[in-house]
Amino acid sequence: MELLISILIGILFAIGTYMMLSRKLLRIIIGSAFMSHGTLLMLMTVGKLKRGAPPIVVNGVENPVYVDPIPQALILTAIVIGFATTAFALVLAYRCYQELGVDDTERMRGNFDEH
Amino acid sequence: MLLGLVLLPFAAAFLMPLLYKIFGTKIGWVATLVPLYIFASFLSLLPRVNAGEQIATTLAWIPLLGVDLAVRLDGLSLLFVLLISGIGLAVMIYSIFYLHHDERLGNFYTFIMLFMGAMFGVCTSTNLVCMYLFWELTSVSSFLLIGFWYEKDNPRLGAQKALLLTMGGGFCILAAILLLQSVAGSLSIDELLAAKDIIQESSLYPVIVVLLLIGAFVKSAQVPLHIWLPTAMEAPTPISCYLHSATMVKAGIYLIARMTPILGGTALWGGIITVVGLTSLTFGSLMAIRQFDMKGILAYSTISQLGLIISLFGFGTEAAIAAGLFHLLNHSAFKGSLFLMTGIVDHQAGTRDVRLLKGLAKVMPITALVACIGSFSMAGLPPFSGFLSKELFLEAASQAHTSNLAFMGDLAYLIPFVAVVASIFTFVYSVALFFKIFIGKQVTTTSPKYPKETNWGMLLPALCLVSLNIIVAIAPQVFVDNLISGAIYTVTQVHYHLHIAFWHGLTPAFIMTCIIILLGLIVYFNYDWVKNLFLSYRSKIGAESAYQTFLHGLPEVAGKFTNWHINGKLNDYMACTIGGALLFILGSMIYFNAWSNIDISDLAPVDLLEISLAFVASTAALGVCLFKRRIWSILALSVVGFCVSFYFVIMRAPDLALTQLMVETISTVLYLLVLYKLPYGMIADNPPMSNGRRTINALLGVLVGFMACTVTLLGQGCKYFDTIAWYYNENALPLAGGNNIVNVTLVDFRGFDTMGEITVLSLAAIGVFVMIKLGREHLYDRHGIQHDHQTATAFNDTGNDTVVIQTDSYFLDENDFPISPL
Repeated sequence: MELLISILIGILFAIGTYMMLSRKLLRIIIGSAFMSHGTLLMLMTVGKLKRGAPPIVVNGVENPVYVDPIPQALILTAIVIGFATTAFALVLAYRCYQELGVDDTERMRGNFDEH
Repeated sequence: MLLGLVLLPFAAAFLMPLLYKIFGTKIGWVATLVPLYIFASFLSLLPRVNAGEQIATTLAWIPLLGVDLAVRLDGLSLLFVLLISGIGLAVMIYSIFYLHHDERLGNFYTFIMLFMGAMFGVCTSTNLVCMYLFWELTSVSSFLLIGFWYEKDNPRLGAQKALLLTMGGGFCILAAILLLQSVAGSLSIDELLAAKDIIQESSLYPVIVVLLLIGAFVKSAQVPLHIWLPTAMEAPTPISCYLHSATMVKAGIYLIARMTPILGGTALWGGIITVVGLTSLTFGSLMAIRQFDMKGILAYSTISQLGLIISLFGFGTEAAIAAGLFHLLNHSAFKGSLFLMTGIVDHQAGTRDVRLLKGLAKVMPITALVACIGSFSMAGLPPFSGFLSKELFLEAASQAHTSNLAFMGDLAYLIPFVAVVASIFTFVYSVALFFKIFIGKQVTTTSPKYPKETNWGMLLPALCLVSLNIIVAIAPQVFVDNLISGAIYTVTQVHYHLHIAFWHGLTPAFIMTCIIILLGLIVYFNYDWVKNLFLSYRSKIGAESAYQTFLHGLPEVAGKFTNWHINGKLNDYMACTIGGALLFILGSMIYFNAWSNIDISDLAPVDLLEISLAFVASTAALGVCLFKRRIWSILALSVVGFCVSFYFVIMRAPDLALTQLMVETISTVLYLLVLYKLPYGMIADNPPMSNGRRTINALLGVLVGFMACTVTLLGQGCKYFDTIAWYYNENALPLAGGNNIVNVTLVDFRGFDTMGEITVLSLAAIGVFVMIKLGREHLYDRHGIQHDHQTATAFNDTGNDTVVIQTDSYFLDENDFPISPL
């Protein structure tokens, strides 16, 4: 399963990078969202997958084996922060468009015609 | 005690602004006390130093690097510090009367104190790094003083040129010092002296010599690095006198003298110094003839005279070095007095242009006396001290072929010839300086002001300096025995007895002097013809044009380069950043062959559901790049997000799955809200990117994906560290009272991390709020877009909701899995 997820991570990163190299704001934001999905899966995978029960203590079970809870704790934080930055970036894009009338990073310089 | 004396001017510089507040325009008198005290203190140390006592202070500064704040007074140092403090005293008294009361006197005295301290530091340091720091400080204070009248263009340009050149020379010296340390293993002058043979046999020796000499030549304004000195004359005249003729420019000579026992005695050392010194001597004396500005004449004359002293160090015999040190003293005396005389003329007549001045002796007799003695001493005429040292120079030049310049062979016989030619022109411009300006039947009428004699405050320092020319001439042996012989010993390491007399018999030097005076008089009587001849020749190429090309070319080239790579295109920057990171990471992966370390022996089983999820997610991801409509892209993005949350379920992470589900839902809503406000056709670039660029982007994407895949595979097989999960597993319930280990970790064990996370969230919420709410009044009339309050409210609400949702998800998780009662 780790192999499968690694390949999926590779695809997510590849497409995220490709999107981030675009000039359009929305594409850049979507690209960063892909990267963050890829990162979440990567954190999970390097902690090994499916090696025990969910990390929830159930009374009466002898010598329980849980999956590693630490990547999960990290990812929980990462999801929330990823969401916060995505929301911020989206509103920034919206406001940029309102202020400047363009959504293309190259035209935001204002002297597009000179180049 | 010695360190205190050296650092006293710095303390004074620090206090000057405050004293200026208290004493106002009388600050000059207060400032004068500093050089007076220092001069007296050093003078009182003279007998002890001459008795061979070493007065030294050492403070450990950076012992690990061998850098100490070490000062010591020996013969050479004492000669210099007495010159610096003595002439400093005269110049400061002179400045009180020279500068107007509405000048920035506080700045002036602060800078001059700074310079004085730095100069003492250079001349007494025995640690080379320490000396280097003081050396650079002299350049800085010189920069500040040249640019003292910074409202005008020329002083600023002159200051810039001086700083660039002398600092450049300083860097060469630093390099030489570091090389010396690497060869000899020490920064202390004494230890370097002991390691003399190691240094001179080292293969780095030529590099050290060349670098060190470049620095010294720049400081002493030697050809072709002299160009900063004539423009430095934009400084107030007392400064030109003090820094740019009497003391600072002699720092280069000091450095050569100080390093002679360590680096000297070789053909390379003597050859370079002699050639550069003699070139400067001749060039300076020829250029001085061309000048119309009195300070210009004196500036080129300084270049010439310093070249004379430096060439004597190049000859390298004890007699030559003794002559050099003796001339150093005399040069300070006559050139200092001539500068002060120029300042008086400028002050009283309102011009320094020699074409506008004549017959000043009638109205300014005392100034004329100063000019007469000073210029005759410079010309090398008896009965002044300049004659004595000039004789010694000619003597040394005539014997140059027997010194360590013997390797030059017959070329060494050219040296006396060059010396005579240069001396002829020195004679001409010196004599002209006096006769053309001061002698004449009529007093000048072309100057801006009608000249009259100045006050005693300016005359007295000039008279004191110029009287040295006579006093030294009357009792040369007193000065030589007390002041010069200690310095000679420091440089040559032998006790050399310099005997000075006016009449040595019919020596070669005497014959040369006769030739100089005879030919000099012939040239002088054809002065106008010679001057016009010199003026008619104008060189296109030279150090000055090279400097200007450099000064203007460098910003131009740098600007072009910057405009080329900082082109303002964000996606180019992004591509460069990603490309650079790839080069580094993939490069090291290839170098270490990272793929051989991938361990896939221990993999979790995989079933059909997982494969089909991966298929759905990658298809949706590929779709995002290809879809032309925005709505499909956003929906495809949320498909990927939901696939990820399904994976969290499979990976036994219920909390993550829940949170991801919720966040993904809200994100999608947010995307759709923004979509509504952004222009149509958002997804594709317009105009589209070129195919080449798109290929590069795709290639970068594939490489990043490949790298991420490799990193994940390497990470999952990593066995370098044991997991620390057992701690959380065992302690979640007993210590924190929670069944859900992940939640307990977040709110309890790693509570501060979560607080940071909430802070980020709050900051994002504030940012969203501010962007939507504030500063939008001006938008009503632009772009024809009208502000929509409803959308703003909606954004505002989602912004605030994020916190609520996050908090909710934690509580939900806790409630879903009941906490066991403790």
